Amino acid sequence: MLNYLFTSFGFVTSVGLFLAGAVGVLLFNKNDKLSNWWGNGMAILGSVVALIFSSNVLITKTPQTIELFSGAQFLSWTFRVDLLSAFFIFVISLLGLFCSIYGLGYVKHYYNKYNLGVLGFFYNLFIGSMILVASAGNTLLFLIVWEIMSLSSYFLVIYEHREEENIKAGLLYFVMTHIGTAFIIFSFLLLYKITGSFDFEVIKNNMSGASVFIQSVIFICALIGFGTKAGIIPFHIWLPKAHPAAPSHVSALMSGVMIKTGIYMVVRMGFDILPSTPLWWGALVLAIGAVSSLLGVLYALSEHDFKRLLAYHSIENIGIILLGAGSSLVFLSLGMKSLAVLGLLAALYHTINHAVFKALLFLGAGSVISQTHTRNIEDYGGLIKYMPQTAFFFLIGSMAISALPPFNGFASEWLTFQSLFNGVAAVGTLIKLLFILAIGSLAFTSGLAVMCFVKVFGATFLARPRSAHVKGVHEVSGVMRFGMAALSLVALILGVSAGWVSNMFASIAISLNNLKNAVPAISTNLSIVNANNFATMSLPTAFGAIVIATTIISVMVYLVTRKQKVTRSTTWDCGTNLTPRMEITSTGFARSIVVIFKGILRPSQQSEVEYRDANLRYFPKNSTVDFELKDVYAIFFYKPVQEFILKISEKTKKIQSGNINLYILYIFLVLIGLLLFFVI
Amino acid sequence: MVSIFAWIIQIIFIPVMAPLFIGITRKIKAKFQNRQGASIFQPYRDLRKLFHKDEIISNDASWIFRFSPYIILALTIIVGASIPLLSLVTQNNFLGDFLVVIYLLALGTFFLALSGMDTGGGFGGFGSSREMTVAALTEGGLICSLLTLALVSHTTNLFGIANFGLNAPMRYLPSIILAFFSFIISMLAETTRFPFDNPATHLELTMIHEAMLLEHSGKGLAMMEWAVANKFLIFLALAANLFFPFGIAVSLSFQSMLIALIYFVIKILLLCFGIATLESITAKFRFFRLPDLLFTSFVISAIAIGLIF
Repeated sequence: MLNYLFTSFGFVTSVGLFLAGAVGVLLFNKNDKLSNWWGNGMAILGSVVALIFSSNVLITKTPQTIELFSGAQFLSWTFRVDLLSAFFIFVISLLGLFCSIYGLGYVKHYYNKYNLGVLGFFYNLFIGSMILVASAGNTLLFLIVWEIMSLSSYFLVIYEHREEENIKAGLLYFVMTHIGTAFIIFSFLLLYKITGSFDFEVIKNNMSGASVFIQSVIFICALIGFGTKAGIIPFHIWLPKAHPAAPSHVSALMSGVMIKTGIYMVVRMGFDILPSTPLWWGALVLAIGAVSSLLGVLYALSEHDFKRLLAYHSIENIGIILLGAGSSLVFLSLGMKSLAVLGLLAALYHTINHAVFKALLFLGAGSVISQTHTRNIEDYGGLIKYMPQTAFFFLIGSMAISALPPFNGFASEWLTFQSLFNGVAAVGTLIKLLFILAIGSLAFTSGLAVMCFVKVFGATFLARPRSAHVKGVHEVSGVMRFGMAALSLVALILGVSAGWVSNMFASIAISLNNLKNAVPAISTNLSIVNANNFATMSLPTAFGAIVIATTIISVMVYLVTRKQKVTRSTTWDCGTNLTPRMEITSTGFARSIVVIFKGILRPSQQSEVEYRDANLRYFPKNSTVDFELKDVYAIFFYKPVQEFILKISEKTKKIQSGNINLYILYIFLVLIGLLLFFVI
Repeated sequence: MVSIFAWIIQIIFIPVMAPLFIGITRKIKAKFQNRQGASIFQPYRDLRKLFHKDEIISNDASWIFRFSPYIILALTIIVGASIPLLSLVTQNNFLGDFLVVIYLLALGTFFLALSGMDTGGGFGGFGSSREMTVAALTEGGLICSLLTLALVSHTTNLFGIANFGLNAPMRYLPSIILAFFSFIISMLAETTRFPFDNPATHLELTMIHEAMLLEHSGKGLAMMEWAVANKFLIFLALAANLFFPFGIAVSLSFQSMLIALIYFVIKILLLCFGIATLESITAKFRFFRLPDLLFTSFVISAIAIGLIF
C-alpha cells in the first residue's frame, strides 16, 4: 500500500482527497459538526499522503512526472515533481497536516455563527492548489492553479465577513495579488515568445539563446509578481492586513507556506530556468532582503495587534530567506558555484524553518484569541497561569523565530550569516559593501526580533491580567494543543539535526539547472555543520550542554539551599496598591525603539486633554494620547502611482465623447491602421 | 590526564574567578573616589550570604521567573567553557564559533528580560524594555567587530582567532585596532557598564540591568549576580585573548599554563583598570544617546572590514 503512495498514484490520491474534501463538505454544510470533521479530516488525509509522496522523492532523489488527460494541444495537464517541488510539497503538507489537526478544535467557535461548509471547501481547495502550484509542469497550468490558490485564500480572508475590516483587507489582497499576477503573466508570455513553448521543461532547455536584456526583463517581472505574493517591501501592504483577517489556522498556512510559493518561483526562475545571472540580479535581491528584514521587524515591534505583528514577522523572514538567495545569486554570477549552494541551502533551510515556527506562533495566537476574543495585546496579561501549555509552546516558537539556539531558526540564520561572511571575503569592493550592510541588517534584525518576542510573550503571558477579556480563560482543547506540540517538536528536531538536514538541502540545491555538478561549500556529519572550512558549530552539543548544565546547577543549588524557605508575597509596589496599569504595555515596551528609528517609522503623536472647565484650563478631566505610524508606502509610493493613473485616465476621457458615430470612426481608423501595418 | 586537567580548568575558571574581578573593579573605583572600599573578595561573601537567605517570590510570577536564574547562569558557564582562556588546547569545534557564543548569551538575555516582566512591577518592565533596546542595537557592532577578526584569520572559531593573533601580519593592524574599539563599545553595553548603565545604582531613572533584578532575592538573586560577574569576565577574556593573545598557552605543560595565567591576569587587570577609570571620569549617557554610540560601533567595524586586504 505504501509503495503505491510513492508513485504518481500517491500524488493523484492526495489531490483527489483534497477535492473530495472540498466538494463533500458542501453536501454536509447543514451540519456544523459533520462538515468540520469531513473538511479537516480529508485535509489531514490528503496532507499525510502528500507528505509520504514528497518524502519519497526527497529521499530517493528521483523526480516524478504525473500526466493527466494528455492530448490537449495547449493545456497538457502535466505535473513535475523534482527535488525542489518535492521540498515545497513537503513543507506545504507538513503544515497542512498540523494546521488541520488544530483546525478540528479551532473551528468549533464558528459553530452556529458562520457556515463551516464554505470554510471546508475553500480550505481544502487552498491546500490542494498550493501543492499543484509547486508542481505545475507548464506556465498555463501554473497560472490556473495559482489563480485558484489566490482566490481560495481571498475567500478565506473574508470568511468572517460580518466584520467590515476583513472585507476591506480582502479587497486590498485581491487587487494586489492580481497586479502581481499581471507581471507574472507578462514574464511567462516573454518566455513563450523566446522558446515557443509553455512547458517549463522545454523552456528550460531552450533559454540559452535569449539575450541578457530580455532575461533581465523576465526576471524583474517575475521578482515583482512573485515578490508581491511573498510580501517583499514595498509590495507588502496587503500582507499585514489580509493574514490577520483569516481564521488562525488559515493565517498559519498563508504566512507559513502560501507566501513561500512566491519564493519557490523566484528560486525556480533564478536558478533553474534563466541561464545567465548578471551580478546586479543578486545584488538587487540582496538589497531587497536587507530592507525587508529590517523594516519588517521594525514594523512588527511597533504593532500591538497580535496577528498583524506575526504577519510583519513574515515579511522579516522572507527578507532573511532572500538574503540567502540573493547572496547565492551573486556567487552564481561570479562563478563560485560551491558558495552559491551554501547560500541557496540557507534560504531553503530558512524556508521550512519559518514555515514551522510561524505556523506554531499563529496557532498559539489563535488559541489565545479564541479564548479572549480580542487581538489587542494590551488586553492580555498573565495568560501563562490560565493556559500553561499554550504558553510553553508559544515560548518555544518565540525562541525559534528569535534564532536562539538550539532551535531551528538559529541553524538557518547561522548558515545565512556564513553565506554573507563568505561573500565579504570573496567579492570585490562595491559588492563587498553591500554584503557588509546585509550582515548589519541581519544582525540588527535578529536582535530586534528577540526584543519583539520578549515583548509579545511578556505582554501576553506574563504578569497580571490587564483587562476583563482574560476572565474565564482556560486551556484550549486537546487537538489544538496537539497541533502546537507537534510543531514545537519539529522546531527542535529541525534545529538539533541541522547537520543531517543541511545535506538534504544541499542535494536539492545542486539538482537545479544552474548549480549542476557543484560541490557544496559545506560538509556535515551527524552533528557538526562545517561551512566552507570557515566555521563550525554543533547544535546537539548546544542542546545537550544547556540541559546538562542547567540540571547540574539545579542539583547543586538545591543541595546548598534546601534548608532555606521560599515564601510567596506580592510584588513590591512602592507603597501604593498594585494595579495592572503599573505593568509595562506592549506599546510602552517598544516605544524606545520607535523613537530611535523615528526617521524610518515616522511616528506621529496626538494628545488631547479634556478639562473639567473649558474656560478655566487648570484641572484636566482626562487626557488621551494617540500614537500612530504614518503609512510611508502609501504616501511615497502608492499615492503618487494612483494620482498618475488618475491623471492619465482624465486625459483619455477627452476622446470619449459618448457619441456613437465617433466610436465607429475610431474603429474604422484602427482597421485602416492595421491594414496598412500588415500590407507595408 | 593533563588534558582532563586543562578541561576542568577551562570549565570552572570563569565561574570561580569572575567575582574576584568584579571585586577588583569596585576596589579601583573606590580608590578613585578616595574611599577605602570593600575587600576584593566581597563579591564571594555576598554570594555566600545570598545563597543562605530565604527567597521571596512574587504571587504574580510564573515558572519563567523561577527558572530564569538557572538557565542564565548555566549559559554563562557554557560560554565560559567555549572561549579561549588560558590555553588553546581546549579548542572545540562544537560551540567555539563566535556566533554561537553571541546567540547563547542572547538566549540568557531573553530569559533575563522575561523574568523582569514576569512580576508585573513597574521597574521590571522598564528594565526589560531598556535592556532589550540596548541589546538589540549592540548585536550589529558585536558581530561585525568579531567578524573582522574572523575574516583576518580565516576562521570564526574563537580559539582559531586567538591562535592566528599570536603572529598576525602587521598589515592587519589597522583593522584589528578599529575592531578592538568597536568591540569595547559593544562590551560595555553587554556587560552593563558606563556609559550605558550604572552597575551600582538603584535609581529608577537610570538603571537598566538592576531594574530587572529588583524582584529576585535569595538564591535567585545570587545566581543572577553570579551570572553578571561571569558575563563580565567572559567579555574581558574575549577582549584580552582575541585582540592581544600573547602569552596564551599553546602546549599543555605546567610551565606554559602558569605563564598563561600570569599574562591573563595582567591583561584582565589592565582592562579592569581601564573600565574603572572610564566609570570614574565619565558620566552615564542619556538613554537616547546610546544608539548613536552603538551605531558608531557598527560603522567602525564596517570600516575595519573594509580595510582588510
